[in-house]
Amino acid sequence: MTAPAEPTGLHERLTALAERQIAAGEVLGAAAADPVNAPMIRHWTDALGDANPIYTDPEAAAAGVHGQIVAPPAMIQVWTMPGVRRDRRQAGTPVDAVLAMLDGNGYTGVVATNCEQTYHRYLRLGESPVPATRFTGLAGPKRTALGEGYFVTWNVTWYVAGEAVAEMLFRVLKFRPRERAREPRGNGAPPAREDTPATGENGAGGNGSAARRDAPATDEDVSAADGDTPARRPYPLRPAVNADTAFFWEGAAQGELRIQKCADCGELRHPPGPVCPSCRSAARTYLTASGEGEVYSYVVHHNPPVPGLGTPFVVAVVELPEGVRIVGNVVDCAPSRVGIGMPVRLTYRQMDDELILPMWAPREA
Amino acid sequence: MVSFSGSTAVAGIGATEFSKQSGRSELQLAAEAVFAALNDAGLAPSDVDGLVTYTQDANQEISVAREVGIGDLSFFSRVHYGGGAACGTVLHAAMAVATGVAETVVCYRAFNERSGRRFGQPNPGIGGEPTSHGLDLSWHLPYGLMTPAAWVAMFARRYMHVYGATSEDFGRVAVAMRRHAATNPAAWFHGRPITLEEHQASKWIAEPLHLLDCCQESDGAVALVVTSAERARDLRRSPALIVAAAQGAGAGQMTMTSYYRDDMTGLPEMGVVGGRLWRQSGLGPADMQAAILYDHFTPFVLTQLEELGFCGRGEARDYVADGGIEIDGHLPVNPHGGQLGEAYIHGMNGIAEAVRQIRGTSANQLASVRNVLVTAGTGVPTSGLVLSAD
Repeated sequence: MTAPAEPTGLHERLTALAERQIAAGEVLGAAAADPVNAPMIRHWTDALGDANPIYTDPEAAAAGVHGQIVAPPAMIQVWTMPGVRRDRRQAGTPVDAVLAMLDGNGYTGVVATNCEQTYHRYLRLGESPVPATRFTGLAGPKRTALGEGYFVTWNVTWYVAGEAVAEMLFRVLKFRPRERAREPRGNGAPPAREDTPATGENGAGGNGSAARRDAPATDEDVSAADGDTPARRPYPLRPAVNADTAFFWEGAAQGELRIQKCADCGELRHPPGPVCPSCRSAARTYLTASGEGEVYSYVVHHNPPVPGLGTPFVVAVVELPEGVRIVGNVVDCAPSRVGIGMPVRLTYRQMDDELILPMWAPREA
Repeated sequence: MVSFSGSTAVAGIGATEFSKQSGRSELQLAAEAVFAALNDAGLAPSDVDGLVTYTQDANQEISVAREVGIGDLSFFSRVHYGGGAACGTVLHAAMAVATGVAETVVCYRAFNERSGRRFGQPNPGIGGEPTSHGLDLSWHLPYGLMTPAAWVAMFARRYMHVYGATSEDFGRVAVAMRRHAATNPAAWFHGRPITLEEHQASKWIAEPLHLLDCCQESDGAVALVVTSAERARDLRRSPALIVAAAQGAGAGQMTMTSYYRDDMTGLPEMGVVGGRLWRQSGLGPADMQAAILYDHFTPFVLTQLEELGFCGRGEARDYVADGGIEIDGHLPVNPHGGQLGEAYIHGMNGIAEAVRQIRGTSANQLASVRNVLVTAGTGVPTSGLVLSAD
């Protein structure tokens, strides 16, 4: 039951990822879907109430300093903004992986804190700016009024035919939303945890590294946003829980993978049940799994879509060295890399304000 | 001890059309199929005193009795575990007839599985209640492992790993079923065979399963009339004798997710069923002129061939090669096209095909059929039959 030393905690993994993304340098994105054009300029200036004729009136523009219609510089982001139904498979930016790791580890809140734009010149009709993104910084964890979080910073440069036309520094705070006291739930719902708001500990190997708890907030923290934090959208795929299985889910919420153990004969059993199949004892305890495992079988789910999850995703039967099997998602790994026999280690994902699921990530040699 | 073996028979079969949108209620489908089965047998509703269906069927026995005009019922029963119930309904009926609890029992299954509730669609509510089943599901559902295809894919991946089977081996099952359906006018895929290349090119559902490893979704109903062999001999059709019928669940069984026992490469519950069928009938795999194997997903057809003794462990890939389970192969499997090709009526349409083969009236009739094996849903507690010519 001794937990192996966990080589890397979440912070170390985040830092390592951030360094890799910084090293990746500038990554070109997709060119503007539509070249700079009069209709989009007209809509934008109309919406913002900007009546400057150099943006919309050809004659006035011809007489002005540019000699032709130009786009408002503040529209720079508009030209290359992905659509509402952005195809998630399209090439992303170096920022995506960092945001995803934060999202996946409970830092699901986001608030933009900085946006500084520099315009080198006006854009003209027909030009197609291309954005290039550099990941430039990760700072944290910081305690803020919203909750513990990391500041994530990146820079975008827009180019037209190799010429830098505008730049932007963008910074967000990705934070772990504070939990609000919840009403106890009825039959079948996971037990509420008003007294011990567990956090989505990541990568905790077992009982030697139980989940971090939110430390009591300092006075200055308990100010602006306290009580305003929106509850996360409930994850739709909830387990049913009863007296026989509650210990498991309570363990997951605390960063422990618990395996039922017969208090009399010591037999381990997963999934758990009320009566030991070997000795008929109903006296139960549990041990905390080491957090290591091996993929015994797996599927890559593509269709149909599953509520609350993007596809494809991997679900595996994982065999534990303790001698039981357990089902969970394999994360932090491309589906094509998963194989039977692959060593994995325990990790966790906070699915919503209440549910934390144990999952599995590749265990590097 | 009273035995139903050889003393009971399927005396009538009936079905609605198989479609994707029946346009009528499930109760109406049930009534139509029961009427058709009674007409086939040459019996009247007033002759029926027992009804059996699946726990999953939405039509109460008493509701079907009301619509059909069946009077007093002395026996009604439901069989659990989804499609695993199929042959179990016939077992229950045969037991009732053999013990004198009822004289004529109709088994039915009716649903709008395509236009109504589709079993293949994720349903977040399935694990919602802390029943023993809901708790079983709860070890899987939160991870998105919640569709029948994905549940089966987990077994299929392990089977491939252990025995070296490939997606093409699974595909040969689909190709065989679609070949059979292509010449069965009642089949949804009548006239639409597929190639192995098309199987391989079909989209992923849950790797390692392609779309064409998964059976279709259907609206429709099938009903069967079970009575004594003695009575059946006086009816319109030659009887299909029930020489063996069995249900089976294995140690450590779950519904579709028995991932925590043995090596995940077999279907122990089908082994239980097969062992009982062979003992009860005194027959063996070599005595079967055809097999109706439950084919909701192709990999489990291979597993069944092994569990039932048609070939050794891991050898099914060779057994299905070169058209081995096609209509001119060494064991014709599902001459009607199965659920992959004819329709997904939760296994009941396969029992009807077994009866037709014994009567000699199938669209894809085999020569000299004396004995046919039928199985029910796989991955769940299941059931099976051996039907024989009189």
